[in-house]
Amino acid sequence: MNFNEPHIDYAGISPLIALTVGVCVVLLSAVFKPLRRTAPLLTMITLGAAAGLLIWQWDDPKTLITGALRLDDLAISISLISILTAAFCVLLSVRERATEEAGSGEYHALLLGSVLGMTMLAQATNLVSFFVALETLSIPLYILCATNLRREGSLESGLKYLIVGSIGSATLLYGMAFLYGGTGSTGFAGIAQGIAHQGLAGDPLILIGIAMAAVGLAFKTSIAPFHQWTPDVYQGAPTPITSFMAVATKAAAFAVFLRFFVVALGPSAGDWQPALAALAAISIVVGNVGALGQDSLKRLLGYSGIAQAGYMLGGVVVASEAGTSSLVFYLAAYVFMNLAAFSVIVARERETVFGDDIRGVRGLGAERPLLAWPLTISMLALAGLPATAGFIGKLYLIEALVEGDYTWLAVFIAVGTMISLAYYLRVVAAMWMRPETERVPGTQPVIAGASPEADPVDPEAGRRWYIVGPALLAAAATVFFGIVPQPLVEFASHAGAALFG
Amino acid sequence: MSSAILWAPLAFGLVGLFLPARAVGWWATLGTIATLGLAVAAALGFESGSSALQYAVDEPWISGLGVDYSLGIDGLNLFLILLTAVLWVGGVAFAAFREQERPKTFYFLMLVAETATLGAFLAQDLLLFVLFFDLMLVPFYFLFGAWGHDRTAEGGLTASAATLKMIVYTLIGSLLMLVAAIATAVLAADGGNLSFSLAYLNEHGLGHGSQQWIFWFFAAAFLVKMPAFLLHGWMPDAYRAAPLPALIVFSGVLAKVGAYGFLRVVLPLFPDATVEFQEAILLIALASILYGSVMAFTQTNVRLIAGYSSVAQLGFITAGIFALRADGSDGAVLQMVNHGLVVAPTFVIVALLLERTGTEDIREMGWMALRAPVLAALFLIVALATLAMPGSANFVGEFYILNGLFQEKIVFAFVAISGVAMSAYYALRLFQGTMHNRPASVQNQGLLSREIGVRDALVLVPLVLCIVGLALYPQLILERTAPKVQQTVAHVQGGESPEAKLASKP
Repeated sequence: MNFNEPHIDYAGISPLIALTVGVCVVLLSAVFKPLRRTAPLLTMITLGAAAGLLIWQWDDPKTLITGALRLDDLAISISLISILTAAFCVLLSVRERATEEAGSGEYHALLLGSVLGMTMLAQATNLVSFFVALETLSIPLYILCATNLRREGSLESGLKYLIVGSIGSATLLYGMAFLYGGTGSTGFAGIAQGIAHQGLAGDPLILIGIAMAAVGLAFKTSIAPFHQWTPDVYQGAPTPITSFMAVATKAAAFAVFLRFFVVALGPSAGDWQPALAALAAISIVVGNVGALGQDSLKRLLGYSGIAQAGYMLGGVVVASEAGTSSLVFYLAAYVFMNLAAFSVIVARERETVFGDDIRGVRGLGAERPLLAWPLTISMLALAGLPATAGFIGKLYLIEALVEGDYTWLAVFIAVGTMISLAYYLRVVAAMWMRPETERVPGTQPVIAGASPEADPVDPEAGRRWYIVGPALLAAAATVFFGIVPQPLVEFASHAGAALFG
Repeated sequence: MSSAILWAPLAFGLVGLFLPARAVGWWATLGTIATLGLAVAAALGFESGSSALQYAVDEPWISGLGVDYSLGIDGLNLFLILLTAVLWVGGVAFAAFREQERPKTFYFLMLVAETATLGAFLAQDLLLFVLFFDLMLVPFYFLFGAWGHDRTAEGGLTASAATLKMIVYTLIGSLLMLVAAIATAVLAADGGNLSFSLAYLNEHGLGHGSQQWIFWFFAAAFLVKMPAFLLHGWMPDAYRAAPLPALIVFSGVLAKVGAYGFLRVVLPLFPDATVEFQEAILLIALASILYGSVMAFTQTNVRLIAGYSSVAQLGFITAGIFALRADGSDGAVLQMVNHGLVVAPTFVIVALLLERTGTEDIREMGWMALRAPVLAALFLIVALATLAMPGSANFVGEFYILNGLFQEKIVFAFVAISGVAMSAYYALRLFQGTMHNRPASVQNQGLLSREIGVRDALVLVPLVLCIVGLALYPQLILERTAPKVQQTVAHVQGGESPEAKLASKP
């Protein structure tokens, strides 16, 4: 019998291999006592190796594992965004309560597992690899949310995310079944061919499939009205994990959103474009209005994330090269904008008894300028003010929307941004301006999670390099790419060309 | 040259962050003086009688998005740049003579604000203009909010609430403008390469239908900034909250950016819509004149008297631009400079009065003329310029505006004339109330007498000298602005050159 060895492109799958090996090594390091403290270092090395292997294959698109994965510039750019976020998360997790309670090795191995899922998801071109990657991404996150074992809020967050996330996955899977049933193919290209050549474009089965897939992905990207879990989960999870979820999950889910809708469902774009545009508009309104009254900064960023997801969905709606590039640009900028804010929140959580409440940052401008500036820049950037990467990102998105004849959605983004000023600037005002009139006692919000005494208070947290460093780095990058956006624009346009070029 | 003017304040501001707190005020003053020196050098080398762009810089900035770093000086912005540079010297020097809380951040923000404002005037790329237009707000947000005054005791807002109101109002306009700017470029490119260059957009006009909505998006941004009637809700609270050094430059320059935007962006790029909505904008302008004047009569807070008088004056300027004649727009440019030069010293004087009397209420002020005659004399010059006394440059400006309006829309001109009469009333009321009136409350009398000091005179006298200088020789501005203004207006009128000769002779 003749056995044909399949061709395996080891270079192409090397980032996945590196991450898988990393997961195993980090997990094993927890078993040997002398190695226990090395988990963060090993994680950073793994992330660095994976990033290096990805950059090595920049601009060299290839199809892997008989069409299940495609490593192109879109996949690489999104994977790099996830890896960068994970690296920030590792730094912010140093001395975090959750890492000690759950075990440093396990915590970091789960984190790497999630990054592995994201890297795979960004490459997925097949329903099976798509779903497997999505679950690889999600399951570690469900656990990570609950790693703050002694806090009720953290456990609740993990459970909530598990239940809602599973509903999202189930809906998505159901939608996939319809699409497979209709077209007879699991590959994205095959689905597209099936829809185009079998005259299935307006077929109810396909439409149901598309709708359910969209709902499933909307759960993952926290698009309203499938967003209800976001503020609760963000608030309850350990803050480094929240930052990781807020940015990296969104990036990976949007990558597959793009690839799945543009490549597989491209032939019926006319059906899903208006629907996604409506979801984007709802998300912008719900997120921005929901954030208005929030006192918990993590909840505030949760709602702001819903609104920002609405802006970003615009990049999918237009289904164009400019849309894809603008979305990747926005995601890259989003890493820096958000992580600057989360780093400061981590610092203040450990320094004060207020947790992530807005009172924790009051008077920060005079007291800790090195923390106040990053948070200020982050808020201004999220609000899309000029001289930050957020402005260029919005400019790019709006340009793509107007070119794609979705000017009304661009106007929605502008209107949403106006509303958002009210809550972003409230944070800025708390830091730099005189305190507002004190609230009546008794109406004060309960501090996030459990009792404040349970929290270790480290009054020097705001001076530690592993917190101030990421904060300053992210803030500097936000301003840098606001003034010199060209490198990031090139990076993003490569990703756009990968899908359409 | 353009780049040097633009970045000089920011460079000084950044260096100032590393200086000892005592020296930073003087360093910032030096920075504004250096910027003024550059601006004056640019003005001296400016070739008058030409409508071409001078000192042009044009480099690609974000090539993928069609945004260029494109600056330049021509007749429209030359004197607004000079005005900005002059007033910032005044505002920063005024602050440097006094103690400031957290001085490093304060002066840094003041200088960032100068760069942003100069950027809005210098930009020759539509998107760069929008960017600087928005960026102007950020430093003022911090200046007003963190160094401002809470007015809760008087039934007003806290400083942070007042600034939030201001920023929400103004950004509503400017974010819509961002969408409109992008739409303009996308429609003009028509599937080709995007370019936001104003020169390019000028040549590639838009269709009539899209001009209409884009016009209003831009108009909203500019009218809020001025502020015009109905969109002025942020002004009273923000003016009361603002720290006076920041308010000196804010009132003097920022409102003009809105009026300048009409001349730089709206008239050239949306000529059809401009003609179509001419009367609508004129109505808003007239409403601003009447409303601003009446409010200026009735307010008792001196800041608000000056603030509402600005609403009226900006209404005048808008009316001049939308006469759509060369003389009206010439007058408008002249009047923008004039108004900046009178409103800034007014706020310096308000600040001095506040220090002497401890109040901003006109009813409790007075008796200053006898005890501080030099201050009173300086204020008299400013007040007479405000009411456009014949012989002042303001008179020339208003004359041009009204002349343009008369030829084009005589009914509107009649209403606008009433604004001239009313300006006499509120300017004199402000002067008399603060200088001659015998205050109702007696307890303030002991505090009244103090002549202006040498330091404050150093701030105030040069500003007043600028007013006097322009009164003697307004052609300085007119002959440099006229060619570009004529070209702009002729473009709107579809090439038929109006009786533009009037514009070159006062």
